[in-house]
Order: sequence, then structure tokens, then C-alpha cells
Amino acid sequence: MEQITTEDFQVIDNCLMIRLPEEVDHHRAGFICENADRLLCRENVCNVVFDFENTRFMDSSGIGIIMGRQRKIACFGGRVYIIHADRQIRRILSISGLERIVEVLES
Amino acid sequence: MKNEMELLFDAISDNEGFARVAVSAFVAGANPTLEELADIKTAVSEAVTNSIIHGYENLYGYGGAKGQPADRSRINPGKVRVHCLLEGDMLHILVRDEGKGIEDLERAMEPLYTTKPELERSGMGFAFMEAFMDDLEVESEPGKGTTVRMKKKIGVGDWIDRED
Repeated sequence: MEQITTEDFQVIDNCLMIRLPEEVDHHRAGFICENADRLLCRENVCNVVFDFENTRFMDSSGIGIIMGRQRKIACFGGRVYIIHADRQIRRILSISGLERIVEVLES
Repeated sequence: MKNEMELLFDAISDNEGFARVAVSAFVAGANPTLEELADIKTAVSEAVTNSIIHGYENLYGYGGAKGQPADRSRINPGKVRVHCLLEGDMLHILVRDEGKGIEDLERAMEPLYTTKPELERSGMGFAFMEAFMDDLEVESEPGKGTTVRMKKKIGVGDWIDRED
């Protein structure tokens, strides 16, 4: 399985793009949060995009990751976008109620 | 058909993926729908992660704290036991740890409640187990450990027919 690396975090204009790994769980959450937050405070980022293209599994740790970043950027008027979420990921987002505070974009 | 298996592994985050994949491979023989399999994996992941983080307080996953790799010498020793029993189309899963237990079980089960807000987790572990399984029972004794029992009927979903 491919591991997430720092190359999966890219700042394009005022957007932080995060390409999530195949499985988003507690084991990988620390790495994702630390790298995201490092770029959030260093660069002039206002929006965060989570790309689920490669992701086949997510549990409530993933919800924690998204909620945490949302809280950090919301006070500066930033938004969180979710792209390429498959059916199962959408179910998790909808059960958690996160769909109401982030923008889930149709692919 | 009756089938049973048990896993015993170290309470470290590296084993979260192993546990859910092993359970899902075990269940695969009972012809679950893709949706059921995904639900079971999520529920197992929640229960095992709770044991690791809360039961044994091995907080950091991949990458460790502040970008440092997890320090193996500071990992609290402890094992998580996962027992699965398949009886016909009923799956019983038991996840047990001998960690510190839960002081206030009622609050712990509330959605969004977490005793470790600094970890930025969602507080939705039990809510997810409840949502994805048919039945959830939690027993815990402070200082002794926690046992999570979950049940799910297999092969009843209709993933394919339910195009929305």
C-alpha cells in the first residue's frame, strides 16, 4: 500500500490540496494533521481541499482530521472542500453530519 | 454454518489496518454485500482504535508526535483481543482490552464527546459502531478494561439495487 508523503500536500494559490492515502485512520491521522497544520500557518492558505481519489477506507479519525482543519480556517473565512469521495466515504460524511459544514463537490 | 476466529495483537496503531482487514477476510466467506463489509471494517476500526488510544493510551499513530517517529520504548504494553463468531448469517464481534477502562460510560457513548480533545478526534467512535452495526453493547470497569460486543446480520443489504 502506498504511504502518504509530504508530496501529497501542495499549496496552489490560496488553497492547500491534500491527497489522502488509501486508508484514512488513526494510524495515519497524526502525519496528515501535522503536515496540514505546518502549511496552514506558514503559507497564506485560506481554503483546504481534501482529495479522496485514492481513498477506499475512512473511519471517525478522518472526520476528526477534517473537523480540526475546518475549525482552524473557518475563523479566517476559509472553507473546506471534499473532492472525489466515493459512495462509502460519502456515507461516513453524511452520518457524521460533516456534509453540512464542508463543501462536498460532485466529481 | 458456524465459524470462529480470534486475534491477539499489540495495542499499537500499526495494527489497526491489520485488524479490520483480517475481520473482513474472515467475514467474506459469508457473502456479505460490499456495503456490509465496509460497515464492519469501520466498526472494527473504531473499537480497536479506542482500545489503543483510550485503553492503553498509545496516542500517536504513524509519524508520532510533532513529526518525530513514535518512540517504541514509550509505548504502553498491552494487547487487544478481537473475537469473531459467525453463526449462520449473524456475525458477532468482540473487541476486548485490559486497559484503563471507561469511568463514565454513558458520556463516552455520546456523539462528539471525547476525553482527549487535544488529539482532534471526532468523538464519534461509539456513534459509528452503533450506526454501522445492528447491535452494540459496551462493558467497562475502570482499571480492568473494556469489552465491546457488536452484532450484525450478513447478506441482507442491497447495495446494488439501491441506486440513489
